Amino acid sequence: MSVLLIAEHNNKEVKPFTFNAITAASQIDQDLHVLLIGSKADDVAKSLSEVPLVKKVLHIDHEIYENYIAENYTAAILKHADKYSHIICSANTFGKNLMPRVAALLDISQVSDIIKVISPDTFLRPIYAGNAFATVKSNDEKKCVTIRPTSFEAAETTGGSAEIEKIDAADQSENTKFINREEIKSDRPELGTARIVISGGRGLQSGENFKLITDVADKLNAAIGASRAAVDAGYITNEHQVGQTGKVVVPDLYIAVGISGAIQHLAGMKESKVIVAINKDGEAPIFSVADYGLEADLFEALPQFLEELNKLNTIQK
Amino acid sequence: MKILVAVKRVIDYNVQIRVKEDGSGVVTDNVKMSTNPPDDNAIEEAVKIKESGKASEIIAVTVGEEKAQETVRKALAVGADRGIHVKVDGTIEPLAVSKILKKIVEKENPDLVFMGKQAIDDDCNQTGQMLAAHLNWPQATFASKIEVNDKSLKVTREVDEGLETIEVNTPAIITCDLRLNEPRYASLPNIMKAKKKPIEQINASDLEVDTNPRIEHIKIEEPPKRKAGIKVASVEELVQKLKNEAKVI
Amino acid sequence: MSREVMEYDVVIVGGGPSGLSTAIKLKQLNPDINVCLLEKASEIGAHILSGNVFETRALDELLPNWKDLNPPIKTKVNKEKFLFLGKTKKISWPTWLLPKVQQNHNNYIISLANLCRWLAEQAESLGVEIFPGFPASEVLYNDDGSVKGVATQDMGLDKEGNKKDGYEPGMELHAKVTVFAEGCRGHLGKELIKKFDLDKGKDPQQYGIGFKEIWELKEENHDEGLVMHTAGWPLDNSTYGGSFVYHAENKQIFLGYVIGLDYKNPHLSPFDEFQKFKTHPAIKSILEGGKRISFGARALIEGGFQSLPKMFMPGALLVGCDAGTLNMPKIKGSHTAMKSGMIAAETIIDHIKSSKELSIYEDKFKKSWVYKELYEARNVKPSFSWGLILGIIFTGIDQILFKGRLPFTLKHKHADHETLKPASEMPKIDYPKPDNIITFDKTSSVYLTGTNHAENQPVHLQLKDKDLPIKYTLGKYDEPAQRYCPVGVYEVQKENDVEKFVINSQNCIHCKTCDIKEPSQNITWVTPEGGGGPKYGNM
Ligand SMILES: Cc1cc2nc3c(=O)[nH]c(=O)nc-3n(C[C@H](O)[C@H](O)[C@H](O)COP(=O)(O)OP(=O)(O)OC[C@H]3O[C@@H](n4cnc5c(N)ncnc54)[C@H](O)[C@@H]3O)c2cc1C
Ligand SMILES: Cc1cc2nc3c(=O)[nH]c(=O)nc-3n(C[C@H](O)[C@H](O)[C@H](O)COP(=O)(O)OP(=O)(O)OC[C@H]3O[C@@H](n4cnc5c(N)ncnc54)[C@H](O)[C@@H]3O)c2cc1C
Ligand code: SF4
Repeated sequence: MSVLLIAEHNNKEVKPFTFNAITAASQIDQDLHVLLIGSKADDVAKSLSEVPLVKKVLHIDHEIYENYIAENYTAAILKHADKYSHIICSANTFGKNLMPRVAALLDISQVSDIIKVISPDTFLRPIYAGNAFATVKSNDEKKCVTIRPTSFEAAETTGGSAEIEKIDAADQSENTKFINREEIKSDRPELGTARIVISGGRGLQSGENFKLITDVADKLNAAIGASRAAVDAGYITNEHQVGQTGKVVVPDLYIAVGISGAIQHLAGMKESKVIVAINKDGEAPIFSVADYGLEADLFEALPQFLEELNKLNTIQK
Repeated sequence: MKILVAVKRVIDYNVQIRVKEDGSGVVTDNVKMSTNPPDDNAIEEAVKIKESGKASEIIAVTVGEEKAQETVRKALAVGADRGIHVKVDGTIEPLAVSKILKKIVEKENPDLVFMGKQAIDDDCNQTGQMLAAHLNWPQATFASKIEVNDKSLKVTREVDEGLETIEVNTPAIITCDLRLNEPRYASLPNIMKAKKKPIEQINASDLEVDTNPRIEHIKIEEPPKRKAGIKVASVEELVQKLKNEAKVI
Repeated sequence: MSREVMEYDVVIVGGGPSGLSTAIKLKQLNPDINVCLLEKASEIGAHILSGNVFETRALDELLPNWKDLNPPIKTKVNKEKFLFLGKTKKISWPTWLLPKVQQNHNNYIISLANLCRWLAEQAESLGVEIFPGFPASEVLYNDDGSVKGVATQDMGLDKEGNKKDGYEPGMELHAKVTVFAEGCRGHLGKELIKKFDLDKGKDPQQYGIGFKEIWELKEENHDEGLVMHTAGWPLDNSTYGGSFVYHAENKQIFLGYVIGLDYKNPHLSPFDEFQKFKTHPAIKSILEGGKRISFGARALIEGGFQSLPKMFMPGALLVGCDAGTLNMPKIKGSHTAMKSGMIAAETIIDHIKSSKELSIYEDKFKKSWVYKELYEARNVKPSFSWGLILGIIFTGIDQILFKGRLPFTLKHKHADHETLKPASEMPKIDYPKPDNIITFDKTSSVYLTGTNHAENQPVHLQLKDKDLPIKYTLGKYDEPAQRYCPVGVYEVQKENDVEKFVINSQNCIHCKTCDIKEPSQNITWVTPEGGGGPKYGNM
């Protein structure tokens, strides 16, 4: 049987995490179909069909799907679910909201937030906020799985030409109404979701010196983090704190500047894909988790870093 | 209006969990347990609604072993009126919990069910949504603001892009985010009063719900330790590596 | 603003062995008496840290059928060792030559925290009302000056002391008798001793800091029931201290180190001495292949007989280590703490029923075996002020030949905060870097304690003079708080070249060392918001 992936989109474009989920889904089974539930979303269907890993796009187009409502999505999915061995989506607020509703109605015990596909029925998932990993095997006949997007590469988006099949809508729920969505736009990405985070610690020595961090963050379109010591010293407010009692971040790139790397700080960033440490103490514990360590005085290194970045003609956003 | 609040007993979030050597789970003996943090927000919201005169009764329910009662007591100490403890031994999956809660809902007929958005032990994030599905009720997950109207609620949800507002008709399931409110402290006199409030005990086995696990835990292990990478000699080298080797900038 | 008031017959402050024994005994003697017990930890046991080799004498008296009540008392001591450590060598001391007080047959290796959890269950089943998460923060007095009760800590104040959302004022608990059972260096006990001059004519109190780690060992290194103590390295001859290694159940050992807080060198770091101790070949070989699973520290009260204050005052009693009933040569205080609580309970019953004076507590105490124990042990600790070697020789004569009955009493001469010498006069100590296998740094150690304090609350480590640390203590003693605090609460940081004294109060594990050792007594430990502090499991 094939696997069915539920796409997240805004009727104009595919939301990026869907591509990560596609990679994971294709590791479960190559025969991957994507279900697109939307309203006037032909462009989205087209881009999904161009993803080489996708074998088929099922497209339900109806005005009741103009906004994403879990109740309506669930009904639509259930209408078409029986042919599939797995139903999959990303474990962000979209998929977390949706999948359990689907699973319950199929009487399936869902496997949440997997970080690795071990076999079509066995997965690795973090529990206790990442402090332990569980290998779990689903004994349900059909499986509902959500995928931690940051644990899988995004799939190629071009080169494919999957068939697009239009299918029927389901009934609309009377009891839930969408009112509005306020997208929070700020000059800087959110710490929790940013692709790059640059954090400063007590090595910065003052709030004013955090400008060195801000300048680099601007250049890299990065979010700004901090150690507790920097927060306690009043260099920066506590919503920037990363760690055990702050935020847990999993960016592609985490740059720790003037941070010693106490275990409580590591608890908040050690799952980052690439870690850079800039510290003048060569024996600071942060170096034991850093992919790239630079033993240097931050007051010299940061301006140089900015200069080097300026020399690059492109920077990924 | 009657509000049911589901509360779960989990390892206290300050405790550093320790994985058992034989891979069968984590150590829970003599470990400090507490109410799942967002469940405190769920109770608080219910109490606030009751204080505003819009609700008449709050029932706290937990599903778990004998000691799970402590979380119900705590809920009673901050304002729930009575408690229900559905006794099960060992852990059970969210699917089974949601089926049990469905039975409780059918018995109690609440207008609202408040739950936490996610339990910090299994991190499943399923129970509320599953209960909503079983009851065919609307759901509002990750709620960070709730406005109670006559027959409906306006709920602001924390979603990836920012904030989303939806309106759900009652009866409904709400799962609460930590940002929803600031849970109050239980005062001494209220803790004493809570000791006298009733907690009804129900055996899960009497509810005729299939609680058999569907998911096998093959192995619980510590996350792999990260290894040290390399030291670079200069800022220039660092930027080159990030650009060409790690490909992150 | 007036606080809510509740009336009890007896209010007990602290849920350690002494407080819980008081509560149980009270209820046994009079089931109708209403007893309330306050504990600052989030649950009973979460702030208890102890060795612990347990002598059951008091428990036998309190709950004669304890063996039938499924107590967490499982591992009987079956073997003993005593080692003198040199830098790399060790000398084993024959156990038959150990003073009787240091022999442990018939004792058990237990987790005192678990014992307290179990005692709390017994107390609750007798009807004692136990409230964990509620520190007593203030003593209340009647107009005639007698103790009226205590008030619990306000909850929900911000850093500046303003009320936050959800602010919950403390409440007043009034009692016929209030029992202070806060353990070593109780912060209300300290106030009472001063106010009622309870230590008049006594020697200054003596303290130690005790560390404990729990390790899970490789099977072949574990020897359930073995009790081992060491003296000597890494401490120099003039510093009082030693280690304990107790092989408990489940392949675990309780490994600890106690250092007298009368040490002189401000450069000494008790935490690092303990870490260094583990690198001794005789210890390292036990730990290798094992894993550290818990860490913690707590001060012990060591003054004993000579420093024991008067334990009664109008309206209140002191019990256990809040008074100082620990038997130092035995390094045991649990059984004596329990017994003192039981005697206090008998006193209170007499006091309430037949209006006997609370002073009968002292008479009863003097007639008990605790008093005899403390009397016989009295000269051991002070003799070590002559150094380890002379101390041992004297102790041998005193304890083995004379069984503690020599016709004189040695004095404790100084309070612990008076003993530091200026930093410039004392040698610096170079501690090895932690290897993260056998030895660790403070931050990864505090991580295991599970300690935390709600952010944005008043700092519970108060400085009498905010400028003193930098202005005076730094220059004279190189600010020893940086070293004596076992978890790095105190730091001296340079900010734009200006030195600043930083207090990371969230890290505090309530050991009370700073309150004891600060040379100018400039630091006062007060109770933080309820539930804060460590979350010890089976310590
Ligand atoms: C219960 C609890 C919870 C905690 N939660 C958190 C948490 O959530 N997040 C967190 O971060 N911490 C947390 N901590 C605190 C943690 O233990 C550390 O104290 C903190 O992370 C240290 O911050 P830091 O690395 O900035 O400071 P420090 O440890 O002082 O390190 C500063 C570093 O800067 C370097 N440096 C100094 N000057 C320069 C320079 N000119 N150039 C280059 N490098 C320089 C130094 O070599 C040093 O390594 C918690 C602690 C406890 C007990
Ligand atoms: C490292 C170490 C090893 C030891 N080894 C042994 C041993 O092997 N055998 C042995 O018998 N003894 C040993 N002891 C001594 C023993 O632990 C103590 O003598 C015993 O715990 C004293 O009991 P207590 O009830 O007086 O005080 P504690 O056990 O200290 O209990 C006091 C309780 O009161 C609470 N409290 C304090 N202040 C307040 C307040 N203001 N409001 C509310 N609650 C408060 C505390 O949180 C705590 O729970 C050891 C001690 C240490 C530190
Ligand atoms: S601050 Fe004081 S009481 Fe707290 S851990 Fe440090 S020395 Fe102990």
